[in-house]
Amino acid sequence: MTDAIIEIRGLRKTFRSGEVDVHALRGVDLAVKRGEFLAVVGPSGSGKSTLFHILGGLTPAAAGSIVIDGKDLSHLSDVERTNLRKTAVGFVFQKYNLLPTLTVGGNIEIARDIANRKGPFDAQFQEVLRVLGIDGKLDRKPRQLSGGEQQRVAIARAVVNHPSILLADEPTGNLDTENSNAVLDLLRNLNRKIGQTILMITHNPEAAAFADRIVRMRDGHLEDA
Amino acid sequence: MMLTLVGVGEGMLADQESRTRGVGADIIIRPAGSSAIGITPPSINERLVTWASEQKHVKLATGVAIQPIGGVSTVHGVDYQTLATMSGGFQYISGAPFREAQEAIIDEYYAKEKKLKVGSTIKILNKDWIVSGIFRGGKLTRMMLPIRVLQDMTANTGKVSVIYVKLDDSSHTQAVIDEFKKTLVDYPIYSMDELASQFSVNNVPELKAFIGVVVTLSVLFGFLVVFLAMYTAILERTREIGILKALGASPGYVLGILLRETLLLALLGSVAGILMSYGTKWLLATFIPASMTQSIVYSWWPIAAGVTMLGAVLGVLYPAMKAARQDALESLSYD
Repeated sequence: MTDAIIEIRGLRKTFRSGEVDVHALRGVDLAVKRGEFLAVVGPSGSGKSTLFHILGGLTPAAAGSIVIDGKDLSHLSDVERTNLRKTAVGFVFQKYNLLPTLTVGGNIEIARDIANRKGPFDAQFQEVLRVLGIDGKLDRKPRQLSGGEQQRVAIARAVVNHPSILLADEPTGNLDTENSNAVLDLLRNLNRKIGQTILMITHNPEAAAFADRIVRMRDGHLEDA
Repeated sequence: MMLTLVGVGEGMLADQESRTRGVGADIIIRPAGSSAIGITPPSINERLVTWASEQKHVKLATGVAIQPIGGVSTVHGVDYQTLATMSGGFQYISGAPFREAQEAIIDEYYAKEKKLKVGSTIKILNKDWIVSGIFRGGKLTRMMLPIRVLQDMTANTGKVSVIYVKLDDSSHTQAVIDEFKKTLVDYPIYSMDELASQFSVNNVPELKAFIGVVVTLSVLFGFLVVFLAMYTAILERTREIGILKALGASPGYVLGILLRETLLLALLGSVAGILMSYGTKWLLATFIPASMTQSIVYSWWPIAAGVTMLGAVLGVLYPAMKAARQDALESLSYD
């Protein structure tokens, strides 16, 4: 599978909760094509978030291999995983996770600053800002925006460094139907227009329907939906 | 706090220097074994005043009796006519010099602080005195009594604390001092310039030690305040730090942000401290102008800012390092 941007084989993760071992992932295999929009669905506790965190380099895997854009994450140190998050992965969280003291522009700029990127936004990103409808709101504080607008800012921040993959964890979980559809439309637009590879975790079957492909997680295993 | 306390130390010394210069003398003779500055009860035989006035190039000599009246406050017994001539005359805001044994004169600052007017009664050395005049400040002291009265009531008849000498020409100052020292071997004798140079924090060991304690306490308080504030702030901002780490911020990046933030706050705190020192100066000058005088000591601005920054950096270091090492996932799940 030469055009796969993500290749996961035999991925395992076990947590220690008190005196009990929790097997969050029990051998996950997954391949995602470059430019694919993939939805991961499944009940709470099925391992979706753990998969998301390992893909994002927020926590290491216990066993198995995970390759993103040719880089094997299973052998990366903490520092290397931190560096991976700067440019290879973009996150969109359910709670938006914008920095409240910064403006919209500041929230986007800080992601660029962390990745050590300087200068004005490139043409492609300016187009992204237009598509997201926040190009005229860069001076506003997050509290001045609606939930849908805040999530669009979070999407802009996630893609500003042109990551290989965009990880969206329940991106519509805090939004009403209208805003959910708007955000999902935008994600699909990004996927179509700039070929952004997206992995989206969701409980919502309607949201999952926006993706090219849906996979289901159950008890730490992955199965095609 | 540091700038105010240092300013009070410097201000009081500068005020004392200014008032000493206001006497108009060229030379001061202090009791044997005494230091250049400090309160000295009468111990010099008054006949030395007459002797000094008879020496070559001496135009005038006058003895002053100094009596402590609590804390660092003193009352001076003076030979009014000689002192007035030596100093170029007193300017009266109201009233006139003392003429009776139970009268006193005070300066404008003492009058303002104690809300006294001509005719008011003040208690000095357990005795009531009537204010006969309020003079413009900057002359020797804040309260003056007739020297004979003060000498007699403190059992120091015939004794003075210091002798001020005015010459016919200031250029003879060193020659006259050298001549005096041949006779008054054990007496510290200073030119007024020499004495003025002694009015420095470095020449008052107690004040120097006090300032040292203030600086140390400032660093300690700065450290504790910043430590507690940052520790709390970092707890409250755990989620924000988690967001930064999720975006790929390294521990060094997080540490850098917190250090820069703290240094900026310390800088703003230093500016606020400087402004507040102007505020305390106004308060002291308005409410207790006779008891305390505060200077604005510009040379201490960088020192105070440095001490503030040091305390702040020491205080933020541990909380910032703790924040920098926080696990991104744990931080993101913090509410």
